[in-house]
Amino acid sequence: MSKSENHKTKTTIQKAVVYLFLTVGSLLSLFPFYWMFTMATRTNREINSFPPPFTPGADLVGNFQKVLDNMDFFGSMANSLFVSTSITVGVLFLCSLAGYSFAKLEFKGKKFLFSVILITMMIPPQLGLIPQYYIMTQLQWINTFQAVIVPGLINAFGIFWMRQYIQDAVPDELIEAAKIDGCSTFRIYWNIVAPTVLPAFATLGIIVFMQAWNDFLWPLTVLREPSMHTLQVALRTLNDARQMDYGMIMSGTFWATVPLIVIFLMFNKLFIQSLSEGAVKS
Amino acid sequence: MKKSLDEKKKTARTAYFFISPFFILYAVFGLFPMLFSFYLAFFKWNGLSDMTFVGMENFNFIFSDPIFYEAIKNTFIIGLLGTAPQIIVGILLAFALNSTLIRFRNVFRTMIFLPYVTSIVAVAIIFGVIFSNQEAGFINYILSYFGIDSINWNIQNWPVKITISIMVFWRWVGYNTIIFLAGMQSIPNALYEAAKIDGATVWQQIRLITIPMLKPTITFVVFTATIGALQLFTEPLVFLGRNLRQEGITMVAYLWKDAFVFNAFGTASAAAIVLFFIIIIITGINILLTNRIDQTKKAR
Repeated sequence: MSKSENHKTKTTIQKAVVYLFLTVGSLLSLFPFYWMFTMATRTNREINSFPPPFTPGADLVGNFQKVLDNMDFFGSMANSLFVSTSITVGVLFLCSLAGYSFAKLEFKGKKFLFSVILITMMIPPQLGLIPQYYIMTQLQWINTFQAVIVPGLINAFGIFWMRQYIQDAVPDELIEAAKIDGCSTFRIYWNIVAPTVLPAFATLGIIVFMQAWNDFLWPLTVLREPSMHTLQVALRTLNDARQMDYGMIMSGTFWATVPLIVIFLMFNKLFIQSLSEGAVKS
Repeated sequence: MKKSLDEKKKTARTAYFFISPFFILYAVFGLFPMLFSFYLAFFKWNGLSDMTFVGMENFNFIFSDPIFYEAIKNTFIIGLLGTAPQIIVGILLAFALNSTLIRFRNVFRTMIFLPYVTSIVAVAIIFGVIFSNQEAGFINYILSYFGIDSINWNIQNWPVKITISIMVFWRWVGYNTIIFLAGMQSIPNALYEAAKIDGATVWQQIRLITIPMLKPTITFVVFTATIGALQLFTEPLVFLGRNLRQEGITMVAYLWKDAFVFNAFGTASAAAIVLFFIIIIITGINILLTNRIDQTKKAR
């Protein structure tokens, strides 16, 4: 009796420790978001007073108005949307084509070429930054979206990911049957493979879109014209302004962060599953 | 017979066509630039005029530049401070999330993962405000309770490094937690049950079951975190501004500043080459260590 009671209190304590740990962790995760929102709703005077305000104020709209005065917020958001969507669509198409080839088609040097793709994954792209920039000047692609989109289509991980998925998900018999019916290889891809791997498209699409949306170093390097800035690059410019207006900066950051967070909260299970699967598989 | 051979050839041709975009794009925008870095490192070039050959001068320059050594040092210090705690805290959080005792697992998981969805630029801006130099900045205000004077977070040596490390830690710890959690979920529950029957404490369970079984996942996380740490750029740039103070400049930031602030593309390329070798050495050490750990395990 007393032993089982002892066990019970032990479990209760363990439970409490686990809850406490997770709660503290979650609060530390959330606090910067809360602080950002609070600052985004306060005037600069309130923010600089001592002690600083700890609860949201009434200046949400006013601060965003100032953001609009200082940067082309919706323009750069449209730029980000265009660039990220183009990269995502392109990567999904090219990677599933290549993944299909590596999974189901026979050709010489298949293994070798696939391992080349895997090796490229280990090399950080920043090492070629300067010559990459040089190439872009030679192509006269500076301040054009293709400077970001075209190199963004290189995605070794995507090919790897699609190959694994297609190998398991598309039955060989189906492909054979379609061949006998006289379907071309591309037709088989388009009518059989692509519809079967829609879940893999969703997963890879999330990963690629998020990376493209949050990318910074390369867009900063090649998109110099303010009208071409993506959201991330434009945000930094806002932060660099000589007159530090924290309310305005936080407002810009807040509204730039909200869309992705809303999408994440709507599909959080798919998101988390995608990203952890992506990591575990490689 | 002949027809099927033709068909095989045709399929192979289609396959090469399907995989060619990657190889063409990689050759032009990946491989060629990397090789060209080695060439450019021996030239003086300001991005506009003609290139002039200068031999080893670029390397001599960066190796006599104290800021270059600062950049290397900073990269390692921030990498260590930002990454090592992440792995420990990540494993603990994942262990807690994996516990059979709790409810609302999905809610906790979502909240802990949320920072990863935020862009690095946003993270750096937010933390720049939380760690602002002003007396009324959040952290300085908290410190004032303990009678500590305001700290100039983006100027002083250690505060700069610590703030950047915290940014890195905060954004990535949830991501790594989820990866550890995925790894833990593949550990059979029976192992824990057996350990509990044998009277193992929670610590013993973590030490003797979770960590050994999690080794492949830990290896993966250490690999990606190391490569990520060596490429650190956005946080210092946004937090410190374009002049990238030497207290927080990193290797990639150093080469970026050389190229795009000073228009010294030659020395920037030389820095890229040095960075390239540092990454190779570190990756080599990583592989060696993992192999050794695997071997000692087998020897036992």
